[in-house]
Amino acid sequence: MFVITCPYCGERDQSEFAHAGEAHISRPRESETMTDAEWAEFLFMRDNTKGIHAERWIHAAGCRRFFNALRNTATDRFLAFYRIGEKPPEIDDVVPATPCGEAVGSGNDAVKVERPPEAGR
Amino acid sequence: MGNYSLFSIVREGLRGNTGWTPAWRDPDPKPSYDAVIIGGGGHGLATAYYLAKIHGMKNIAVVEKGWIGGGNSGRNTTIIRSNYLYDASAAIYEHALKLWEGLSQELNYNIMMSHRGVLNLAHDDNEARQLKRRVEANRLNGVDAEYLGPKEIKEFCPILNTSPDIRYPVIGATLQRRGGTNRHDAVCWGYARAADALGVDIIQNCEVTEILTERGQVTGLRTSRGDIRTEKVASVTAGHTSVIAGMVGVRLPIESHPLQALVSEPLKPVNPCVVMSNAVHVYCSQSDKGELVIGAGIDGHTSYTQRGSLDIIEHQMAAIVELFPIFSRLRMMRQWGGIVDVCPDASPIISKTEIGGFYVNGGWGTGGWKATPGSGHAFADLVANDAPNAIAAPFTLERFVTGDLVAEHGAAAVAH
Repeated sequence: MFVITCPYCGERDQSEFAHAGEAHISRPRESETMTDAEWAEFLFMRDNTKGIHAERWIHAAGCRRFFNALRNTATDRFLAFYRIGEKPPEIDDVVPATPCGEAVGSGNDAVKVERPPEAGR
Repeated sequence: MGNYSLFSIVREGLRGNTGWTPAWRDPDPKPSYDAVIIGGGGHGLATAYYLAKIHGMKNIAVVEKGWIGGGNSGRNTTIIRSNYLYDASAAIYEHALKLWEGLSQELNYNIMMSHRGVLNLAHDDNEARQLKRRVEANRLNGVDAEYLGPKEIKEFCPILNTSPDIRYPVIGATLQRRGGTNRHDAVCWGYARAADALGVDIIQNCEVTEILTERGQVTGLRTSRGDIRTEKVASVTAGHTSVIAGMVGVRLPIESHPLQALVSEPLKPVNPCVVMSNAVHVYCSQSDKGELVIGAGIDGHTSYTQRGSLDIIEHQMAAIVELFPIFSRLRMMRQWGGIVDVCPDASPIISKTEIGGFYVNGGWGTGGWKATPGSGHAFADLVANDAPNAIAAPFTLERFVTGDLVAEHGAAAVAH
């Protein structure tokens, strides 16, 4: 369960928020000239990044405003929160070493490796 | 590897079980194959089995980054049904259900298929109308379906709370009697053993790190256990479909979400069927070990961590106690998450791509397990013939461009 920092309200529990998909997908300006393939790209195609992912959240049970976040989807660690219209900050975070980001033969070591040692297993 | 039979059990019983041999080999990857399947779950192993069995492609391999059946095959709630609304979905899921019915015999492996019936509950008039419509649509497609009233529901599943004074009273349900559950490990192991017997190499602990292409055609794979030359690569990697497709620059309309499930402490047989409810959003069956297997909806956020949030579980426990007051003092034993690849229309992708020799089977969302044999059967046909058969044709990637979606969200009695 996440603790999410709304840029307007501060730290709150995840249950106050709703995830609103990949960030920085802007609605096409000249939609009347677009091909079906371009529409498909805008409407449906997604990066679905494993690693640092820019996403929108809405503070549904709070200020009801949208904002953006950077999160590492391989570890679920939040890296930054920023307002709509702002550029994502430069982040130096661990990205998965291999495409799956997990040690060979593991269930899901990316998560375990990221956990601080004092938290135990 | 011998045939499993009553005779072999008796013989091994008398010999102190010293004669059993491994059910499949543990080969090193060969330098080249006619086709390589990425992903050793149920769908991948089924694809390999049908490629070898029906299409005679025996020089093929399944590469799996962990152990076979350790991803979503080992994390789902094993519910089998085919009562989908639209023709395209009914065709593939009913095809799968027909294959499930004879799979233990075909694979010579007991997959513990139990046709105990699946109830989908309606809690308001609108939902009841939708369910009745689906029953008729199912019958037109040759899928068995019945509509039950509260009294009949109570007879079929006595522990269900059908009292009219609960917050979301059960006013009706559809029943698919041929639906049920089976044993996920047995399905994977059965397919692995049968595919291996036909010459398929099943290579575990082998992660694909790169897909090699030349002029838009697949030429091979780079893996953690060396390079493999092949002209056909079939991706069947639930939870990582976008990651694999991204290696060759194929864009997919998929977002990956955690989906959680949990089991209770074991009980004597108490729940005779599978019960699913969309409105209160929970589904429940009882495993042969006696544990209640309980699932619900996906977490709203995307993630690859195979774990979700506790509020989803709280919600699902509230729903289960409302439907089954008898479970209120049960202890829950284990909880886990898997990563499901969700398409915008809640239907899978079984498709060629713009890269020659690269095929995708994925995006099954929250309901891939029930399709395992049908998915493998149709995908094997696509990989062998480089063209989709009638069952796979509606599930191409092009549908997101043409708009010919198979929009099963909310239509298919699916607890999405």
